[in-house]
Amino acid sequence: MFMKLPPNIDEELKLYFEKNKIAKDKQDAIRAKVLDLYRSTTYDPEEPIGIVAAQSLSEPATQMTMRTYHFAGTAGIQVTLGLPRMLEIFDARKEPRTPTMNVYLKPGFNIDQVKEAAEKIKEVKLKDVVLSTTLDLTDMWIKCKIDMDKVRKLGIDPVKVAKAIKIKNTRSEFEGDTLTVTAKKSDVSNLRKLKYTIMETHLSGIKGITQVVVTKEGDEWMINTLGSNLKKVYAVDGVDPSRTTSNNIFEVLDVLGVEAAREAIVKQAQYTMEEQGLGIDVRYIMLLADLMTLSGGIKAIGRYGISGQKSSVLVRASFEETKKHFTGAAIRGESDPLLGTVENIIMNQVAPIGTGAFDLVGKIPGSDKKPAKKAKKKSK
Amino acid sequence: MGFSLLSPEVIKNLARVRVVVSDLYDADGYPVEGGVMDPRLGVIDPGLHCRTCGGGIGDCPGHFGYLELAKPIINVLYTKTIYQILKLTCRKCNRLMIEDKKEEILTKTQLTAPSKCPHCKAQQKKITLSKPYTFYEDKTELTAADVRERFEKIPNRDLKRVGFNGGRPEWLILTLFPVPPVTMRPSITLEGGERSEDDLTHKLVDIVRINQSLKENMDIGAPEFILNDLWELVQYHISTYFDNELTGVPLARHRSGRALKGIIQRLKAKEGRIRGNLLGKRVNFSARTVISPDPKISINEVGVPQEIASELTVPVYVTDMNTSYVKQLFKDDKINYVIRPDGRRIKVTKENKSELTTNIGIDWVVDRQLKDGDIVLFNRQPSLHRVSMMAHRVRIMPYRTLRLNPSVCIPYNADFDGDEMNIHVPQNEEARTEASFLMEVQRNIISPKFGGPIIGLDLDQISGVYLLTKENVKFNRQQACQLFSEAGIDMELPDKEEFTGKELFSLLLPDKLNIEYKANACMNCDVCKKHDCPNDGWVSIKNGQIETGVIDKKGVGAEKGRLLNKLSRLLEDEDLRDFIDYAGRLGVAYLMRRGFSLGTADLDIKKDIWNDIRSKIDGAHEEASNLIKKYKTKELRILPGMTAKESLEAQIMNVLASGVSGVSDIIKDTMEPNDIIHMFTSGAKGNIINTTQMAAVVGQETILGKRIKRGYLTRTLPHIKPRDLSPGAHGFVSRGFKQGLTPFELFWNIMNGREGLMDKSLRTRKSGYMQRRLVNALQDLKVHQDGSVRNSIGEIVQFMAGEDGIDPSKSDWGKLNWKEGMR
Repeated sequence: MFMKLPPNIDEELKLYFEKNKIAKDKQDAIRAKVLDLYRSTTYDPEEPIGIVAAQSLSEPATQMTMRTYHFAGTAGIQVTLGLPRMLEIFDARKEPRTPTMNVYLKPGFNIDQVKEAAEKIKEVKLKDVVLSTTLDLTDMWIKCKIDMDKVRKLGIDPVKVAKAIKIKNTRSEFEGDTLTVTAKKSDVSNLRKLKYTIMETHLSGIKGITQVVVTKEGDEWMINTLGSNLKKVYAVDGVDPSRTTSNNIFEVLDVLGVEAAREAIVKQAQYTMEEQGLGIDVRYIMLLADLMTLSGGIKAIGRYGISGQKSSVLVRASFEETKKHFTGAAIRGESDPLLGTVENIIMNQVAPIGTGAFDLVGKIPGSDKKPAKKAKKKSK
Repeated sequence: MGFSLLSPEVIKNLARVRVVVSDLYDADGYPVEGGVMDPRLGVIDPGLHCRTCGGGIGDCPGHFGYLELAKPIINVLYTKTIYQILKLTCRKCNRLMIEDKKEEILTKTQLTAPSKCPHCKAQQKKITLSKPYTFYEDKTELTAADVRERFEKIPNRDLKRVGFNGGRPEWLILTLFPVPPVTMRPSITLEGGERSEDDLTHKLVDIVRINQSLKENMDIGAPEFILNDLWELVQYHISTYFDNELTGVPLARHRSGRALKGIIQRLKAKEGRIRGNLLGKRVNFSARTVISPDPKISINEVGVPQEIASELTVPVYVTDMNTSYVKQLFKDDKINYVIRPDGRRIKVTKENKSELTTNIGIDWVVDRQLKDGDIVLFNRQPSLHRVSMMAHRVRIMPYRTLRLNPSVCIPYNADFDGDEMNIHVPQNEEARTEASFLMEVQRNIISPKFGGPIIGLDLDQISGVYLLTKENVKFNRQQACQLFSEAGIDMELPDKEEFTGKELFSLLLPDKLNIEYKANACMNCDVCKKHDCPNDGWVSIKNGQIETGVIDKKGVGAEKGRLLNKLSRLLEDEDLRDFIDYAGRLGVAYLMRRGFSLGTADLDIKKDIWNDIRSKIDGAHEEASNLIKKYKTKELRILPGMTAKESLEAQIMNVLASGVSGVSDIIKDTMEPNDIIHMFTSGAKGNIINTTQMAAVVGQETILGKRIKRGYLTRTLPHIKPRDLSPGAHGFVSRGFKQGLTPFELFWNIMNGREGLMDKSLRTRKSGYMQRRLVNALQDLKVHQDGSVRNSIGEIVQFMAGEDGIDPSKSDWGKLNWKEGMR
């Protein structure tokens, strides 16, 4: 194994050769030396990489803050970070507490165009354009004075404002700059409720995107959003779908597939760790993400995910829900091949991991006894 | 290892006793035959022998008995399964109501009971389960016997299709009850000879008693309702025997009112059999005491008190090659026990010492006391990562604490405010060898977590080497010798009369070392002047000689030590260990000569600078009150996505924070170098914020990341005017710790401190559970022979470990630095 250089190092070498104009015969010598070096830094067989990964991920987590919020950029989008965010990723929650997107536009957009796109993305509700409201309890109507400048600026057809209200037993009319909604049933307490419902009416933009902030990243202007809807954002003119991402991992899975979801887990976990000033090797996060996405979907770390679906009865029973796993195993007539670490610890045997994976079979010089026949079959 | 259901037949064949009476002991105190403590069920009293197998305590595993139940009883552990199967069973033809066509095993979602049997077309009635264990068909109750009758006729091929492979479904309804051996429910004799029975025995007595009474009542033909009551009671007792935490079932209690432990409670959770006894065990050959520092011992040594060393032992196998050594050990009183070839263990006392010395020979084993150089495991809880348990070499020392080098405090996360640590003595050659090759301190200097050193100099050690390499210190030959001698470094000095600190430190470095990096003292200027850095922050080492730069945290500290990482590639583990030992001791030795202290005078600030600082803080106050004014007149700039109030808070916080950081800058630029400054520029301890808080201004105290607003309805404290929004009213502390805080400021400071405490306790719990889940999910992943990562059943998780096969613990912070490696 490890007979070839990994692609990234190979690429680096090629660049180096080109830059320094190194002769062909010398190149091979260098490559051979680098390969030697590479092979001296590779993993030893039977290394318990899983446990090392788990410890490397969770030991720094004890130093993370519980403080949930952090101001992304100067202009104030609050995002869940620290330990709560880490738990969110590992638990594979369907919806993060604060879904956000980083929306990039195709190259060549200037700040005004970016701002324009941001306006298009942001959800506009009726309450955002209403200046004042009047309630008439006798005639059962609500009059809303609409900010016409704002409506025009947002590019909404004023006539559509009335049509947008689709609530049962109401009639809405638009006249001048006033929207009148009349309730057909006369119920005073309902009128107040009705007012709140019509205020929440969606007028334009993408549903769920409650905040947009335009920020500069490097030389480029981009949009941070609170609320996430990748599918619709991708459809907005000018948005660069190859760079625009969401922190909602399930949405990424839904829209872009497992490989993208795996990448999202890696990126999100790495960002969360780094934001707290904790450096850990990416390889461990990648391993975890690979394990979570092994089945083609996303499995959580915990009793309803990976740990609850392990093949070994003893491993499942030793984690959580002991009763459920033992009774279930009896009904199904399961058997446990005792191949893992925990099973062998329970059985008081050496676990087949690390140095325990090897057995020495041989005849001791001078002894007449035959070699003990206890060589285990390699678990392949 | 297989799992399946127990059939009545197996229960009967397994049993050696038919239990019929509920009495435990007769009048003379002997166990009753046919009772649940029948002597044929095994032995628990020392000295007695088993009536079934003849084995003594320890040899006899115990034997089952059985109880014939008067009426069938539902096994509560399986009520859910019984319910599922019952719903699927046709009430007429007793087949499972699944389509005949397909052959494969059906999944759970496919198993919905139809209203009509697909085989005999009989109309079905609705079956309901009334928790915990009563079944109804429409409104008539189905007794356990009825259910069992139906189950008996289900054909095996149907069961296979629903994944029921552990036996027959009728076995889920008990007719014979297995009485477990006494060895799993031993009784304990209290002082005064009174016996106290195990919870399970209590429960078994109840079961047998009620079952007998039910049987008698059935025999005399008692009325139905009496039988039903008794039957219900048997069901209750058997249910709580299995699981005493069932919802809807009252807890079975001991006479004292304590809830009894059922079988499930024995297995379950942290202190249960599996997690508490099988996966984690109590051990012998271990010791625990308070730790204290000793910078003079090596990082891979541990100072063990004489009292502990004479208690812990290592077995020595007596051969014809070491008999004289063993005899010498006897002479020195270094042997605690001997084990004779027949396996008897004898304690060595003054009386039998001479006798044992003469008797000893080949095939005997002696338990030798711990001595210098023995390998032991050293551990501090919580053991969060693998370097929380490392192997050290024993060094026997006076006094009663375990001693460790302060450099290994970092991996253990230990300090000396009363921490205790444990040592464990490996008992065989294999364990000792593995400990030495895998766990010894010098093998764990580079952490696999990030590919950098996790063991390095700390605190005063860093201050020491920093000052040694920084200050323009010169030593004459005699002073240099003195310093090295104090540091315990045995080394020939070069033929020179005068040495600088940098030259002395360079003596520890190997000649082949070449490295350049930015030190912690580097100020991150816009343009790096490299060799001409005014702070001496550019470290350049050529052929093992420091040319420029100071050695500090970025060089020899844990986590960031560039020098240590580089050396780990150049040197053998043992030589790197020696380097850390030497460097640490040299630092401490120099610090002892130079002196290192701080007092309040170090925080003194000159009058004019002090005025600058005050005006900075006053300016911040001013700006804040302007913001408040604007807020009141509604002229305040509203930040996107925020209310006016939130915008105000955010802006006030910003203004105050920039005020405080302005003060920090002033202090950083104007404070004369003293030991506090040395500490944070070298990275030994502390930072500029700490210093600012002590010397000038503490700044904003926050709760949940916001200004303090709790307390009264419209104010934080009673002396504050209602609706006062000024910084002083919401937790801004505009004094430093040295000047002293006002009582109100102190109160806010304490509020902040309390929040920190709460946060910490919450965090440890959450992250502890997260770690358990992570370890459980990842524990059986390992790198296989072909470089792939697979789990215990061989499913491939990664085709190449870490995608490029590089082990971070052998890399430079996760990268293969081939350009440097080629040199």
